[in-house]
Amino acid sequence: MTLEAAKLAAANNLWGAILPELMLAGVALLLLALEILLPRRQQHVLPDLAGAGILGTLLGLCFNWDSGMLGSETFGGLLYHSTSGQLLRAFFLIAAFLTCVIARLTLARQKMPRVEFYHLLLICTAAMMLLAQTNHLLMLFVTLETLTIALYVLVSYHRTSPASLEAGLKYVLMGALSSGLLLFGITLLYGVAGNPSLAGHAARPFHYADLAAFLTANPNHFIASLGIVLVLAGVAFKIGAFPFQIWVPDVYQGAPTPVTAFLAVASKAAGFAVLLGLCGPGAVFSSYAWLTTPVLTAMAAASLLFGNLAALTQHKVKRLLGLSGVSHAGFLLLGVVAAGATPMAIGAIYFYLFAYLLAAFAVFGVMAHLAGPDDADQELDHYAGLAKESPFLAGVLTVGLGSLAGIPPLAGFMGKLFIFLAAFQAGARAMLAVAIVGVVVSIYYYFGWIRAAYFETWTPPADAAAGPTRPARTPVGLLAGVTLGALALASLVIGFYPGPLGHWLAMR
Amino acid sequence: MRTLPFDPLLAAIAFPLASALVIASGLPKRWSVRLAYVAFAVPLLLALHTWWHFDASPKVAGYAFLTQYSTGLDAVGISLKLGLNGIAMPLFLLAGLVGFAAGLYALQSQAERLKLYLLLLLVMQGGLMGVFASVDVLFLYFFHELALIPTFIMVGVWGGRDRTYAAMKLTIYLTLGAMLSLAGLIAIYARSGANSFDLMALREHLARFPLDQALQGNLFGLLLVGLGVLVSLFPLHTWAPLGYGAAPSSNAMLHAGVLKKFGLYTLIQVAVPLLPAGHAAWASPLAWLAVIGNVLIIGFVTLAQRDLKQMIGYSSVMHMGYAFLGIATGTAVGVGGAVFLMVAHGLSVALLFLLATSVHHRTQTFALDEMGGLARPAPVLAAFLVAATFAGIGLPGFANFWGELAVFVALWQFSPAVTAVAVAGVVISAIYGLRALAQVCFGPATPRMEEIASRHPPVDLRWSERVPAVVLLTALLALGFWPRAISDPIHAALAAPATAAAAPSAR
Repeated sequence: MTLEAAKLAAANNLWGAILPELMLAGVALLLLALEILLPRRQQHVLPDLAGAGILGTLLGLCFNWDSGMLGSETFGGLLYHSTSGQLLRAFFLIAAFLTCVIARLTLARQKMPRVEFYHLLLICTAAMMLLAQTNHLLMLFVTLETLTIALYVLVSYHRTSPASLEAGLKYVLMGALSSGLLLFGITLLYGVAGNPSLAGHAARPFHYADLAAFLTANPNHFIASLGIVLVLAGVAFKIGAFPFQIWVPDVYQGAPTPVTAFLAVASKAAGFAVLLGLCGPGAVFSSYAWLTTPVLTAMAAASLLFGNLAALTQHKVKRLLGLSGVSHAGFLLLGVVAAGATPMAIGAIYFYLFAYLLAAFAVFGVMAHLAGPDDADQELDHYAGLAKESPFLAGVLTVGLGSLAGIPPLAGFMGKLFIFLAAFQAGARAMLAVAIVGVVVSIYYYFGWIRAAYFETWTPPADAAAGPTRPARTPVGLLAGVTLGALALASLVIGFYPGPLGHWLAMR
Repeated sequence: MRTLPFDPLLAAIAFPLASALVIASGLPKRWSVRLAYVAFAVPLLLALHTWWHFDASPKVAGYAFLTQYSTGLDAVGISLKLGLNGIAMPLFLLAGLVGFAAGLYALQSQAERLKLYLLLLLVMQGGLMGVFASVDVLFLYFFHELALIPTFIMVGVWGGRDRTYAAMKLTIYLTLGAMLSLAGLIAIYARSGANSFDLMALREHLARFPLDQALQGNLFGLLLVGLGVLVSLFPLHTWAPLGYGAAPSSNAMLHAGVLKKFGLYTLIQVAVPLLPAGHAAWASPLAWLAVIGNVLIIGFVTLAQRDLKQMIGYSSVMHMGYAFLGIATGTAVGVGGAVFLMVAHGLSVALLFLLATSVHHRTQTFALDEMGGLARPAPVLAAFLVAATFAGIGLPGFANFWGELAVFVALWQFSPAVTAVAVAGVVISAIYGLRALAQVCFGPATPRMEEIASRHPPVDLRWSERVPAVVLLTALLALGFWPRAISDPIHAALAAPATAAAAPSAR
């Protein structure tokens, strides 16, 4: 490409279309600059600045919801802007803000440098927001790698903790493998779709639309199917679906709690954004539904069963949430499977994701208050007597876990219900049976956690005299209190009155 | 005829829930107690209001007090539609009565962490009123789950023996039952093609376009298993005696008395009218299972119990068998008898659980072998216990008599053999009821009782315990002497759809 052509292309780019991402990146750079410029005494404002930057971006996004570019491509077809893209942008921003709130607690107690954390978090969020709008396989790979590399650092952020470093290494190794699979899949697709000897070969094989046209013209091509399976495998790593879940327990446990929360919610949602873009109704791989549907169905069933059964005996709460997260991925995959047959499923997936966001961050927020100096060591036993000592945290925890378990009247129930409805309409009845088994099993461990917080357990007088062996709890601050209260209340209100959110998420 | 400026049904649901929210947001204990008195009384007053005005109020397809609130999901066919038909109204009244009694009993119980206890009980109360006021099938389920969650926590925190195990077992069994029922309800929704969870719309739609026979059979079977777990249908009953044995008194009253009726209620309101062919296919197996399993086997198991609360728990499982038998007949008399029995049993079992706890406060034990001679120091308690036991056995003069009578009459036409076994069950229940009564109240005081009496001289039933007991006993007697108070609406509601439902089953 000559310089002139590059200039021409640059002139056609609508930079306004990615203004939110640019703002986030700008704030991220500003943080680094201010760390050098500001005197050390005043650096405590930097986390606030990061949070404010995220909130400002979110506000800007909301005020400029219909940017006039919805339904159109920008950057020469690299990005495609849609309502669901806007929804996911808002989703990632909310998740990032909540991560900031939890990070203030955790980082302060662990005496870790702060600025880089927020910098990486913002970069990661910007990458996810681009990922949600990608319309191009290379763009997909680049944004996915940006966010994964930022997450490598974040996972091993607690650099004096062996558990955190081990988690980082595991994430790197498994991440490298999955990136390799994804890239190989992309290469195969590019190779076939660009092959001039095949019917309907694409001029721009990386572009979703061209690739889709090629795949429709060649609905049974072996190498294309191999590429599709490899791409799905790469994405399955992100969402932690079986059989690519093996990194989940260790990484979730070793990572600092805010990073675990971000991984559990935002990273999973990013994976589903990609998956919907690839396997949704009328998406790139829709002409290969004969292949993707069985693959996704098998992954969904295995994730549901594995996640719940493996979480059953966990006493370390971070691992427990990680494994239960695998089963949530299974639920969402069920929604993706149904999305091929009924458009309602897409709304159901978004609803489920938002309900999961509210519930998971409520639980992680409570966990951050209970964690001691060793962030990786969080046991169910540490929750003993929580209801007496801090009824507020116990209440938030109950709402969060109840919503994760899918108990009415909480938002999680409505999410599961919509997925059930969608799956039923799509005729996936065997899957529904698996999902019901999963829900019943999950009640056991979620309820066990609530039990640990509420029920009185007998302690031998000698132990009682020695005082509790659990780490000291952090008192609830104003910001954390308001945030957690709002999350719990939102779960309740949406459970009772899901209409507005459902309407907003385009439930049809 | 609506004389109230607001919707009585919505108010009966919302008031306890709102009170719970207020208590949760940090109301001082003194005010929480006062608010709780009001919050337990309001649903009862509203339920009495709906019962009084039921005949005169205008009805659509048998439903009075109809109102519909959008939750924004009209496109999916989900909306909060409230209303009462002749079957729902008596149970709505039951929920109000038992909720009031259980609330009063909780308020005098001096439980630890009383605020949390009242809060959970109020959530349960709100959910229960919602169960029987919902015309939308999804909200029927929704409110049931809402009322169920407090049970798990209450058993675990305030429960008696084996509470952790009991809470866990209860949770898993009831979740399994609820999930299977939900799957069945969703299946009806999805396969009917009505695109609505509204029971009235579903009835209308399925009356015109019935599902095919095999599908109806499968769905009815699924619902029967799911709801059967919730109603402790043999052999899925094992959670019930254990859970009731461990549950705190007010919770056991509300669960055994009212919440458990959800399963039967859903069978009567949803499964039987919507899946008539399924009902016809399952009627015979259900009848035999209920009579052999719930009535006979559990009857003998109850005979063997040496623990007062466990015995009441098992007897409640046994009485559910009669309700299942009434449903199995499918006739207006049989199903109506089942509804009547549900109300009567709800009142009598709640009264029994209340009195059992009061007995425990005086004897410090539930073991029947250690008790004796309670009638001398506590004659009023003994009198109540006698009345409650007679009601449980089904003596004339109490509401249970009419329910059982109607079930037996309908059952005779259905199958004389089943009827013979079922009537034998009444003898069993008379044996264990009277034997327990004799052991607790009469006879000489055992050495253990004298030892306890020397430390804590037993006092008679206090007024704070008498009032809730009187409420329940009055209702039992009122229905026993004036069954038409609820039997007319029940019959009116069943006569029309039941003839339609009975037509294909008359093979």
